[in-house]
Amino acid sequence: MVEFALPKNSKITGGKTWPKPAGATEVREFKVYRWNPDDGKNPSVDTYYVDTNDCGPMVLDGLIWIKNHIDPSLTFRRSCREGVCGSCAMNIDGQNTLACTKSMHDVKDGAVKINPLPHQPVVKDLVPDLTNFYAQYASVEPWLKTTSPTPQKEWRQSHEDREKLDGLYECILCACCSTSCPSYWWNSERYLGPAALLQANRWVSDSRDEATGERLDNLEDPFRLYRCHTIMNCAKACPKGLNPAEAIAELKLKMVERQI
Amino acid sequence: MSFDESHGSPRRPSMRTPLGRVRNLGAAHSGTSDFWRQRITGVAMTLLMIPALVIIMMLLGRNQVYAAQTLSSIPVAVILLLFIFASAWHMKIGMQVVIEDYVHNEKLKLTAIMLNNFFSVAVALASTYAILKLSSGV
Repeated sequence: MVEFALPKNSKITGGKTWPKPAGATEVREFKVYRWNPDDGKNPSVDTYYVDTNDCGPMVLDGLIWIKNHIDPSLTFRRSCREGVCGSCAMNIDGQNTLACTKSMHDVKDGAVKINPLPHQPVVKDLVPDLTNFYAQYASVEPWLKTTSPTPQKEWRQSHEDREKLDGLYECILCACCSTSCPSYWWNSERYLGPAALLQANRWVSDSRDEATGERLDNLEDPFRLYRCHTIMNCAKACPKGLNPAEAIAELKLKMVERQI
Repeated sequence: MSFDESHGSPRRPSMRTPLGRVRNLGAAHSGTSDFWRQRITGVAMTLLMIPALVIIMMLLGRNQVYAAQTLSSIPVAVILLLFIFASAWHMKIGMQVVIEDYVHNEKLKLTAIMLNNFFSVAVALASTYAILKLSSGV
């Protein structure tokens, strides 16, 4: 059966409260999930105080400030710091989002609470293991597939057909949507999840692609596609404002279209 | 080394590649029929709900003779039969989705799906038999 409770070794125990920075006039409290695979202890939530006059406004700025000034062992992914790479996806104040585009001022009540993306194995602290997520993306074969001879210059596409990719191509694969989806929590080994399915629809919708039918064949499965129950957490979580649930509905519509 | 958690098997070390595990047994090439039938039966139930409720309200507190008289009307019997057929089919598909969502042990899942099929068919047949019996005035 589905496990509704955390395993014993995943239960969160108390954490360390780090001292407030000396001389700081304005501080913001951060409560951050910590887990180290090497010490054999259960996860904990550490409390930090960030000098907001000494760091940028985003949650990622706060985390980098903590790492630089308080605790160099705090582990998280980050790269572009402008919402393009998707590395710093994490659960902030109960919502999956990108730490680099989430302002700490938007977290209204009390401390800024930060956890890793839900329901994924944790590598360390805020770093989830997304191996399965990336393999699911690879399984939709996200590249142009054609059998016609390659044109001399380029595969041509009308403006109207190009517009069909809007709302799909912008996905940065941060995994905020998939890891917010209860269906994905329960069946992530068989359900492809919102991100991979949005990407699948991106290639199914591409007028230049010649493998549309094969792509739909590969998705037509009670688990791969039809575990989506239109819960809509994915659309709520997406930091890029995309709607994976709508993309999945389009895939289902195409499945029905080719049968009736 | 990673762990293969698929299909309710106990956690065990797996040396399959992540892509191999995702592809696993391949796509079942089914699911669309159930998806479409769930929508059809949902719409049918929405349309049949009000006439079916009106008929049930008419029968409340009445005796068997009155019920038999009401159900002897072909439109009334057909509405009730369609309602039973649509709701039993909808119930079967809906319950199967719930089982597939939450039951991960393969043996338990297959048993639950089998029982769900038996139960849905039994409910549909028993209801159909009752309606036909009353409508034929037996």
